[in-house]
Amino acid sequence: MGDPLFEEGIDLAVVLIVAGKVLVIFGFLLVAVLFMVWFERKVISDMQSRIGPNRAGPWGLLQTLADGTKLFFKEDLMPDRADRRVFRLAPFLSIVPAFAAFAVVPFGGTISIAGHRTHLQLADPPVGVLFLLAMSGIAVYGVMLAGWASGSKYPLLGSVRASAQMVSYEAAMSLAIATAVLAAGSLSTRDIVIAQEGWRWNLWVLGVVPFVVFIIAATAELNRPPFDLVEAEQELVGGFHTEYASISFALFFLAEFMNTVTMSAIAVTLFLGGPNGPRIGFLPDLWPVVWFMAKLLLFLFAYVWLRATLPRFRYDQLMDLGWKKLIPLSLYWLLLIAALRIGRDQGWNAGVVLGVGVAVGGVGWAVLGAALKQGAKVQPAEAAT
Amino acid sequence: MGYLDGFRITLKQMWGDRVTNAYPDVKRPKPDRFHGRHVLNRYEDGMEKCIGCELCAGVCPARCIYVRGADNPPDAPVSPGERYGFVYEINYLRCIHCDLCVEACPTEAITESKLFEFSFTDRQDAIYTKAELVVGDDGHPRKLPWEDWRPGDEEHTSAWVRATAPSGDATFEGRVGWSAELGFGVRSPEKDQASAAESQKPAKPGGARKKR
Repeated sequence: MGDPLFEEGIDLAVVLIVAGKVLVIFGFLLVAVLFMVWFERKVISDMQSRIGPNRAGPWGLLQTLADGTKLFFKEDLMPDRADRRVFRLAPFLSIVPAFAAFAVVPFGGTISIAGHRTHLQLADPPVGVLFLLAMSGIAVYGVMLAGWASGSKYPLLGSVRASAQMVSYEAAMSLAIATAVLAAGSLSTRDIVIAQEGWRWNLWVLGVVPFVVFIIAATAELNRPPFDLVEAEQELVGGFHTEYASISFALFFLAEFMNTVTMSAIAVTLFLGGPNGPRIGFLPDLWPVVWFMAKLLLFLFAYVWLRATLPRFRYDQLMDLGWKKLIPLSLYWLLLIAALRIGRDQGWNAGVVLGVGVAVGGVGWAVLGAALKQGAKVQPAEAAT
Repeated sequence: MGYLDGFRITLKQMWGDRVTNAYPDVKRPKPDRFHGRHVLNRYEDGMEKCIGCELCAGVCPARCIYVRGADNPPDAPVSPGERYGFVYEINYLRCIHCDLCVEACPTEAITESKLFEFSFTDRQDAIYTKAELVVGDDGHPRKLPWEDWRPGDEEHTSAWVRATAPSGDATFEGRVGWSAELGFGVRSPEKDQASAAESQKPAKPGGARKKR
């Protein structure tokens, strides 16, 4: 297990290869963000019957670069009542996890460089998935501290929303991820990808439910529409980044889009088989990367599509969806998959296991429904909203 | 499809027509009576139409016009009348393009073109003097470096004035009641209201839409 790069000890070549991979991933993420911002603006303008950016470079490709340059030359402001150190720290707390999370994503097969075999993946720790969850947990701090340290009310409201939303949906997301981990029997991202080889993608092997739950929860984690209550312009100006300008704002912006790319990469890894795809004899090392990028692009498109289609949730709808629907559903599905696995290992009749599972699910659903009804009765004011 | 209908609609839009166009490269035709940058017209013999009466300056709500009249020099008259506009300045940082000056003008000397895309980096540039406002010897407006003239724009310097000028009374519909201009001669009258309304009807809803 692990990267074969380190099997024969660590020498200069190994260090250089790792440094090279760091650089490649860093560069890839930056370019991906440039591309993603452009892609989002272009696709959304297509969907709104507009032309979209078309002035900077061919098809407006350099628009993001122009915007970035503009941001860098703007004045960096700090509110009087800001907590100076935390205010400065927050953008970095936001961007570093966005970069770091990509480290465990396998984006290609195994290749040879200078006599060393290595995975196209920066690190393959045995706790890869936990690392992902940890990083998305830290990213909440960036948003939370930014809002708190601004010393101003809208950012505070935004960050309170953000922390509540991210914590709520992290639970549903973790349960969906746990289902994928259960299928692979490993927390290592590469093992999860290997377990999906031969078109046994988690997307359909686990039933579509964990995938759907993951996508919804991930969108909420990313604060992307329709879950962008954190920075709802009509209500909170800019939410947590209202008081930020210049480079610090650029960092938040970068982190937000980088998180989108990273989260899509994680979704591809966990549910769409990562770099798996048809093997083609010509340039065999290249194709896994191509498949990975193609799936990534599909996901990015889906995010933009979601944004173009759905209006923003109301706050109580958001909480209802998270706590009353997604968490029970993903928990039930995790248990169902677990039961099916145990049944298979023990040689039980799959039909009986499935039947009992569905029956238990039905009972659980009825109990939950009754509980919610009772709760609504107890708190009529809440039910009225 | 219920909840998913929206997704189908947004996806379908991707291949649909565009309602916007590539603006600085492609411009929509402007409305007939668009108010833009002014020009000071001349008669066909090259004489200036302005007689320095200062009615435009008097009517201007933004007080952006400054005019001083002077007697025509007998040996080389500038305008056919007794007096001419000796100084004529419009401050475009104040002008609101209300067109009252055009309505006030007794000789149709001042009219508005359809040019609105001009921006300056210097306050002095914003004050247009006679040198910039009076049309050139071909009757076309003088094109300053910071103005975005497109081929054909110089045609539209006074065509719409007739409807609101004194001779634009409804009883004069379709009748010429104005003098000739350098470079254009006597402009033909506006269409009468019935046929104008007919021709302005869009061919179909969203007729202005363009393929990308």
